Amino acid sequence: MRFGFAKPAPSGPVSGDAGYARPLESGTLDVSHGVILYLEDITVSFDGFKALNGLSLSIDDGELRCIIGPNGAGKTTMMDCITGKTRPDRGTAFFGQSLDLTRMREPEIAAAGIGRKFQKPTVFERHSVFDNFELALKQDKRVRATLRARVDDAARDRISTMLQRVGLAPQADRLAGTLSHGEKQWLEIGMLLMQEPRLLLLDEPVAGMTDEETERTAELFLSLAGHHSLVVVEHDMAFVASIARTVTVLHEGRVLAEGGLESVQNDPQVIEVYLGR
Amino acid sequence: MMNKFWMMILMIGVCLTARAGLDASLVHALAAGDSDEKIQAIQGLSANPSPLTLSVLKALSEDALFVNGDQVFFRQSGQPVDAITGAPLAAVPDNPDNVVINNRVRTELDNLLAGMRLVDPDVTVRRAAAQALLDAPSVDMLPILTRAIALESDVAIRSLLLQAQARLQLDNPDAQVRRAAVTVLADSISANTRSQLQSMTDPAHEPDEAVRHAALASLKSVNNRLAFTDVLAKLFSGISLGSILMLTALGLAITYGVMGVINMAHGELLMVGAYATYATQGWFRLHWPQHQQSYLLAALPVAFASAALIGMVLERTVIRWLYGRPLETLLATWGLSLGLIQCARLLFGAQNVELANPDWMSGAVALPWGLSLPWNRIDIIVFSLLVLALVWVLMNRTRLGLFVRAVTQNRPMAGCLGVPTGRVDTFAFGLGAGIAGLGGVALSQLTNVGPDMGQGYIVDSFMVVVLGGVGQLAGAVWAALGLGIVSKLLEGWTGAVIAKIIVLVFIIVFIQRRPQGLFALKGRTLDN
Amino acid sequence: MRSALSLFLAALALLSLLHLAVPAGSAWHVSDFTIALLGKIMCYAIVAVAMDLIWGYGGILSLGHGLFFALGGYAFGMYLMRTIGLEGVYHSNLPDFMVFLDWKAYPWYWTGTEHLGWSLVLVVAVPALLAAVFGYFAFRSRIKGVYFSIITQALTYAFMLLFFRNETGFGGNNGFTDFKRILDFPITSPGMRAGLFVLSGLALAGTLLLCRALVASRFGRVLTAIRDAESRVMFLGYQPLWYKLAAWTLSAALCGIAGALYVPQVGIINPGEMSPANSIEIAIWVAVGGRATLWGPVLGAFVVNLAKSYFTVAFPDYWLFFLGFLFVMVTLFLPEGIPGVVVRIRRRLGGSS
Repeated sequence: MRFGFAKPAPSGPVSGDAGYARPLESGTLDVSHGVILYLEDITVSFDGFKALNGLSLSIDDGELRCIIGPNGAGKTTMMDCITGKTRPDRGTAFFGQSLDLTRMREPEIAAAGIGRKFQKPTVFERHSVFDNFELALKQDKRVRATLRARVDDAARDRISTMLQRVGLAPQADRLAGTLSHGEKQWLEIGMLLMQEPRLLLLDEPVAGMTDEETERTAELFLSLAGHHSLVVVEHDMAFVASIARTVTVLHEGRVLAEGGLESVQNDPQVIEVYLGR
Repeated sequence: MMNKFWMMILMIGVCLTARAGLDASLVHALAAGDSDEKIQAIQGLSANPSPLTLSVLKALSEDALFVNGDQVFFRQSGQPVDAITGAPLAAVPDNPDNVVINNRVRTELDNLLAGMRLVDPDVTVRRAAAQALLDAPSVDMLPILTRAIALESDVAIRSLLLQAQARLQLDNPDAQVRRAAVTVLADSISANTRSQLQSMTDPAHEPDEAVRHAALASLKSVNNRLAFTDVLAKLFSGISLGSILMLTALGLAITYGVMGVINMAHGELLMVGAYATYATQGWFRLHWPQHQQSYLLAALPVAFASAALIGMVLERTVIRWLYGRPLETLLATWGLSLGLIQCARLLFGAQNVELANPDWMSGAVALPWGLSLPWNRIDIIVFSLLVLALVWVLMNRTRLGLFVRAVTQNRPMAGCLGVPTGRVDTFAFGLGAGIAGLGGVALSQLTNVGPDMGQGYIVDSFMVVVLGGVGQLAGAVWAALGLGIVSKLLEGWTGAVIAKIIVLVFIIVFIQRRPQGLFALKGRTLDN
Repeated sequence: MRSALSLFLAALALLSLLHLAVPAGSAWHVSDFTIALLGKIMCYAIVAVAMDLIWGYGGILSLGHGLFFALGGYAFGMYLMRTIGLEGVYHSNLPDFMVFLDWKAYPWYWTGTEHLGWSLVLVVAVPALLAAVFGYFAFRSRIKGVYFSIITQALTYAFMLLFFRNETGFGGNNGFTDFKRILDFPITSPGMRAGLFVLSGLALAGTLLLCRALVASRFGRVLTAIRDAESRVMFLGYQPLWYKLAAWTLSAALCGIAGALYVPQVGIINPGEMSPANSIEIAIWVAVGGRATLWGPVLGAFVVNLAKSYFTVAFPDYWLFFLGFLFVMVTLFLPEGIPGVVVRIRRRLGGSS
């Protein structure tokens, strides 16, 4: 007997494995082989439906990778797996050579150097833009440290540099909730950068941006590549075209095609998936 | 056949002696003698029993045998009757002296009366008498008991009598008799017998090795049977509690499933249902007393409608504005529950009100193994299954159910497809509230009905919802049954309060392991 | 803030002076009743501020703060029971309810409660420890929102049942009452009353200062950030568990202190204090005063409780209606409580002028 009720999404507790308190410095990143992210045979199923189905993917250190795919291809679920929000049923996920992402919790993964931007911009709406950046700063993030923390001059400098970089300097004292959608996207990207991550996961970073903002974002991403590794999930093909070197196409939870934008766009399988029969 | 024959003989004897009246000297001894004389008189009278003897002795045991000079009389349906002749009397004094008896006489008298009931033609009287005798046998009854065993043809009653006899024979000096008695008691289901058998296994108490051995064997079989009965009884009360929990949690599962509304006033909707039942009972008493027995059936639609109406009004006026803000909903519905409680106090008074169980809800079914299941609980289990079936059909086979499920799964999309989401909310909330009202009818037959009655159920029913997985009807059903049975089994070990605490701790630990409950759908969580 | 604080301290001093020094007949005399009522409400205000810390700033609605309050009260009540000495009805060394149960000695958990110091340790430690253990498991498994509220309510309910049992060793239904003295000073003397009153006031001021410092620190900003976007906080590398746990445990400890101050002033503690209804009422004090402001909950505690002491005398039948109405109105129309109304009125006046 099966009753058709789904769980109301916002109010239930989030799934997650039993936690344990480990120090955040749980191993160091090792990219000696030139690979920063290595996924193999990741499978996640929700109630029979396989959101990811044997996904294998590797990202080189300093690479800018675009990931495209139709709705339901598993792009967001892939990011959930990398950032520890969802545990894969099967498969391995390594950050560098030594950090097993499937055995770490979100804050540990973040501290290890992976930053994530959500599909819907997620910033602290009741804090000022400045405070948002302050909280994002790479610093001791344990309770005892935050009790006595002051924003020193070095931190202030880094924050104002970032404010300039993402063009939010005039809005520094405004509450983040009052920003426009595009500005929030920039704020979130800026917060990621404050963390000084090695790998950035960006879920639809230019959604809701004006053309000019999109252009500036593309410039920013291109300037980041090399120092950081970026994984960008995006639907806006013009934007992808402007930044892409390697493109991966996901479909039904696995990699359908991978390569330069043009070769991917000419792949008959990809055409079929996108255009249908 | 034999039995009937004997009864006939007895009846004939009774009729004959009745006409002859009682021995005057014995009756006078009964009325005026000292305790020894009274006992002798009682024994003498009971040598040839008759309805008159029975009436006189009964009157004596009830302190309703009176003396007026030489005259000894009692009252039969208000009319004074002479104890010697059995003839009605014309005039008696207003405040006659009654015959006073002490405890020794009373014991003797009660044994005798019990003995007479043992040979009563009515099978139910005999069974009750046999059971009473088995529970508290007295040595003086042994001869009567032996005679009754010879007369008895009903297997069950005979077995009871044999056990009673066996209990009395445990002190017999003859080891053979004791051993036979111990063996007979292997069939017993009473805790008293168990302790008696226990002492028969003790060498200090029982010198004979063979008897001790037999006692041990019997003890084992009694223990097994008692344990089995005990588990069955607990299982039943667990299912019964589970059915109540299910009735209370079903509505919650709907309201939370559809709207994500934590309705703290749910318990008060139960209370509304119970008071609706009370009001229906009152109306029947006033206008339709000849159909008093069926008021409960009429109360079902009344309770459903009144709770559903109140629920819909609350949804339209308050809850509607709080969708998507569960913590605020929780506080607001708590406020509503306070208002409802106070309304009930003002309308019906702060005291609990009396609700009569109709005949078909009273009494119990006696099952083998000494199990007796109260009818009201059985009825409520059946009722809750019916409600469950009804809800299932509503949800899965009707248009309303389809809409509700659509709204549950994707509210904006359902709205786009032309589902009137606002009205669906109201109806779904009304349905949940109405089911709570039905739960109130069921509760009114089990517990006290008062303004605060709902408060005790809210924590439990939320536990069911949490355990079952929010929004999951099937989860709520299994969680309710599981919680009911587990708490009743635990209660046997630890007492009610500790059992409750253990269950709560269990739920907290359980949620550690499965934060989304028993039956939650796994999915991409959209908590941002 | 500093001037507000000195004003408050001055008011405390003035009231206790008027209570102690002015004779009872005078119009300027502050009665026992007033001192006890205000002292009681200040204890409630401490609870309200503690609740605000976890609910207003942390976004976690606790329906178990009445439990922590009562546990603090019971912890101090044990000491107060000990000081009755041989003056109980049975003239025994044990409290009357233990004599009644035919107990011969104090159970182990009463050990050391005859010392004021130890019972003060318990006042803070018991609620804090319970909160820490419970909170650790709840937050670790990411129980939040209404789930958390309901589980805290169940916890409170379970404890209420436990304390209702005579065998638990806390006096069952009747709880603790008939206190005689603290140290060697009689508990009903005007001096003691004024002392407890001032102490409650100081505790309230201390609570406010502490919470203000917390809220203003980066810790406070992280806490609020967790309330608004917990996953973002996690993906920035903070462990929300420890932040929530710290705020939650501190909040429980503050409630314990409030309970300990409350019990000698009202002269009784019983399991009724643990009823779920009491805990939810705390939430309404905070909601009325305005969440995530620190003076708001104090205001809310005063307004609601003064209203309660007025209503329950003047219109006893309508108090529950009023309270229920308050719950509904505040959630529907005053999401920011009284301060929100003030702001709105001011804005409207400013707009029209």
